[in-house]
Amino acid sequence: MTAKIASLPMILTASVVFAGGTVWTFVYSFTDSGLLPRLRFVGLDQYERLWSTRRWLVSIENLFIYGVCMLVFSLVIGFVLAALLDQKIRFENTFRTIFLYPFALSFIVTGLVWQWLLNPDFGIQGVVQGLGWTSFDFDPLYDPDIVIYGILIAALWQSTGLVMCLMLAGLRGIDEDIWKAARVDGIPMWRTYVFIVIPMLRPVLVTALVIIASGIVKVYDLVVAQTSGGPGIASEVPAKYVYDMMFSSQNLGQGFAASTMMLLSVLIVLIPWAYLEFGKKKHG
Amino acid sequence: MRYRLSAAVLAAGVAFPLAAQATDLEVTHWWTSGGEAAAVAELAKAFDATGNKWIDGAIAGSGNTARPVMISRITGGDPMGATQFNHGRQTEELIEAGLMRDVTKVAEEQGWVDIVKPASLLDSCTVDGKIYCVPINIHSWEWLWLSNKAFEDAGVEVPTNWDEFVAAAPALKEAGKVPLAIGGQPWQAGGAFRVLVTGIGGPDLYEKVYGDKDADAAGGPEMAKVFDAVEDMREMSAGSNVQDWNQATNLVITGQAGGQIMGDWAQGEFQIAGQVAGEDYSCLPGLGVNEAISTGGDAFYFPTLDDETESAAQLELASVMLDPKTQVAFNLKKGSLPVRGDVDLEAANDCMRKGLDILARGDIVSSGEQLMNQDSLNQINDLIAEFLATPDMTTEAAQERFVDIVASAK
Repeated sequence: MTAKIASLPMILTASVVFAGGTVWTFVYSFTDSGLLPRLRFVGLDQYERLWSTRRWLVSIENLFIYGVCMLVFSLVIGFVLAALLDQKIRFENTFRTIFLYPFALSFIVTGLVWQWLLNPDFGIQGVVQGLGWTSFDFDPLYDPDIVIYGILIAALWQSTGLVMCLMLAGLRGIDEDIWKAARVDGIPMWRTYVFIVIPMLRPVLVTALVIIASGIVKVYDLVVAQTSGGPGIASEVPAKYVYDMMFSSQNLGQGFAASTMMLLSVLIVLIPWAYLEFGKKKHG
Repeated sequence: MRYRLSAAVLAAGVAFPLAAQATDLEVTHWWTSGGEAAAVAELAKAFDATGNKWIDGAIAGSGNTARPVMISRITGGDPMGATQFNHGRQTEELIEAGLMRDVTKVAEEQGWVDIVKPASLLDSCTVDGKIYCVPINIHSWEWLWLSNKAFEDAGVEVPTNWDEFVAAAPALKEAGKVPLAIGGQPWQAGGAFRVLVTGIGGPDLYEKVYGDKDADAAGGPEMAKVFDAVEDMREMSAGSNVQDWNQATNLVITGQAGGQIMGDWAQGEFQIAGQVAGEDYSCLPGLGVNEAISTGGDAFYFPTLDDETESAAQLELASVMLDPKTQVAFNLKKGSLPVRGDVDLEAANDCMRKGLDILARGDIVSSGEQLMNQDSLNQINDLIAEFLATPDMTTEAAQERFVDIVASAK
């Protein structure tokens, strides 16, 4: 009973702030709210406009590319770095610090740093061209076709360190005897990693996955700092669309519709996964 | 620095004013570039001279960054003493919701109706016969700024109209210069586009498309000509890898770029850099084709406050802003035109005089912000920004989407 009373504030916060706020947003997404919310229903108009807006479609496409690449690369790079660090190398502390350091920076700072590094006139391209290699061409932030990868580079630089640390902690938790047993059986090291260690790392992987995934959906500040959506609208993301609609365009209804779609896409991914993950345990 | 200021401002909001005569009033605005900051210091000086204290609440970034902050503070119950907006339709809903203070009393006492020229400025401040803001300056978008040095280096004459400028572009490119500098933010693309509509298509077309939201005009052959000019702009602006408008202006000041289409606030930057109009840089209002300027600009609004001494200070600030001396000092630094027809701008330079002449002739159009709501304007901004960044997008496709936006615009 006391446990229930103690958790009351949390239950209230969850139901009022999260659930209540979500329902409120959902309801108002069917209105023509402008600068201030008002209950004048217009049916599905906001959603129709949303899905016929080129900028929203570009945003969705960008989020998809960014999301898939981010997930794959940060897990792979993070794991490889962790595995390398786990080889009882010298100066491990130093390397660990170097790899984790970018994570201490905010996305805004990361974005600015990479905006300068990738600026064709005085960034990497400028320096290399200044050294004499004049045909060197590397300006992802000003090429609409690949700008999202320029943002991806910055995001990976910032966040793989954390994934690496999580993985390293997981690797350190693997019993030494397993390694010994594998060696006695003559299993090569890479096979031990792929078939024995990685399955054992499952809880760590899930943690890393949740952290990365939540970072993907809410990516906003990095884009604002690096390109502010440009060139043109080539690097727009859904969160930025929501913000711009609600505050700059003074069209709350449209912003609510977009954020409802964002929530929906998260649910579509989350519900089957949660079902698989938690449903299974009940059965066995 | 800015953050420390806003922290001080927050603290000032809670502190009780010591005496009725020395009231701290927080004023928020988005004037942060060199020329702008110098201009706003003039306003602060004038207000401090009345015995009150101007607490500067500058919000860095463009209006698109600052407006959300201001609006959420007003709607969230933490209003500032006064705040900048562009006059027009940005504040419509705030006024309707009763969050803005009516300053009709001061306006009547001082006879604003007679002194504010053109009258459309005060109209934009008026809702249901009540005046809610003080127009402070006239800003016009319709200017093409040219670097005399860039054209000298390229060995061509400084153009006198848009067509000559387009013709001179290859020579500029050969000299290693970007013919037309434009910042990457969509509002700059959308603004330059409106200038092309007025300049190439003419003021009538502009009023039809933006004012009447006439979809037929937006899809017509005259508009197609404008889109051809936008295509020229796309070619000429390739390689101007900057984001902010003042960075683009800086390219013109240093002669790295031939020109820039930007509002007259760019002139403040030329002045800070010590450049002289006519010698170091040239200006073509209305692109040198249709010499008309829009009369948008900035205005100050006064959110409703509970504190009576602060409310009194608001009215004092309102009257200071229209004072002839303040008007001259402020607008000279800002590069904008005064809202009073009766002040003498002796120190006005070449370009400002051109603007004043056009104003006196009455060749004016309404600003985009006065005609269309921000939502539709932003849609156009995005479209043009996308067009400028996408070399394989056709003018027909762009125009088609433009027609859709105009048809559904409010």
